[in-house]
Amino acid sequence: MVPLNWYLILSVMLFMVGLFGFLTRRNMIMLFISVEIMLNAINISLIAISHYLQDMRGQVLAFFVIACAAAGVAVGLVLLIAAYRNKPTIRLEDFDLLKG
Amino acid sequence: MTVQQLFFGYFFVMILALSLVVITRRNLVHAVLWMLLMFVHIAGLYLFLNAEFFAVIQIIVYAGAILVMFLFVVMLLRLKEEQALPIFVRGLHGRLFVGLAILLVLVSMAAEATKGPMGQYSIDYIQRHSHLKVLGTVLFNDFVYPFLILGFILFVPMIGVVVLALKRRSHGPS
Repeated sequence: MVPLNWYLILSVMLFMVGLFGFLTRRNMIMLFISVEIMLNAINISLIAISHYLQDMRGQVLAFFVIACAAAGVAVGLVLLIAAYRNKPTIRLEDFDLLKG
Repeated sequence: MTVQQLFFGYFFVMILALSLVVITRRNLVHAVLWMLLMFVHIAGLYLFLNAEFFAVIQIIVYAGAILVMFLFVVMLLRLKEEQALPIFVRGLHGRLFVGLAILLVLVSMAAEATKGPMGQYSIDYIQRHSHLKVLGTVLFNDFVYPFLILGFILFVPMIGVVVLALKRRSHGPS
């Protein structure tokens, strides 16, 4: 039997990998990919806790997380396309219009 | 060490290694395709947890829909010049150090976590009825209004995506 803590450790480490990618890559598409990695880490911990506590509410929450991730990525990528149309780059340093 | 723990160890190592491979790729198409392999491994992990519906959803939604969306966007953009630049920002070592410190704290917290009170959906109960039936019963009895709000949350971005993707010809640049 695999202990619950192993799943939680996997979830935490995967979340930190995603957060590291989010903070250190300079590419906007890699930022969305890192957000996906973080949401997957959350889903692993939700479903593991739901299984070990024998309660279905965690899995319902994971279902909601998957749906919101799909919606969020769609909006983010179309914002990226709209920004690329004005300025043909996806580097984060080039989007500094609000810095003044 | 039992067979289950060996398999879990395989998934543990593979998921973490693949996520590290994903965030360090220079070519975005390679990153997206490595992420496909990572999602398949996560779906295998869900099968361990008696959540076969989520394994299928992971394949269909993440590997089927979201990855294809990423691939579309990567292939729409012209990224030759972007890929010649360094992939990480400056000041990487400080961020890596802070991240490792937070990771240490979180792992120690996760290793010490204890279980709360048990619910009523035991493994026997889920296997007697199917997982999908149990999940649907909970979703449509206890969580009807969040489910409807979720439909709204999926509907509003669809309109927003169409509005943003329309090219304004009359005013605005180009």
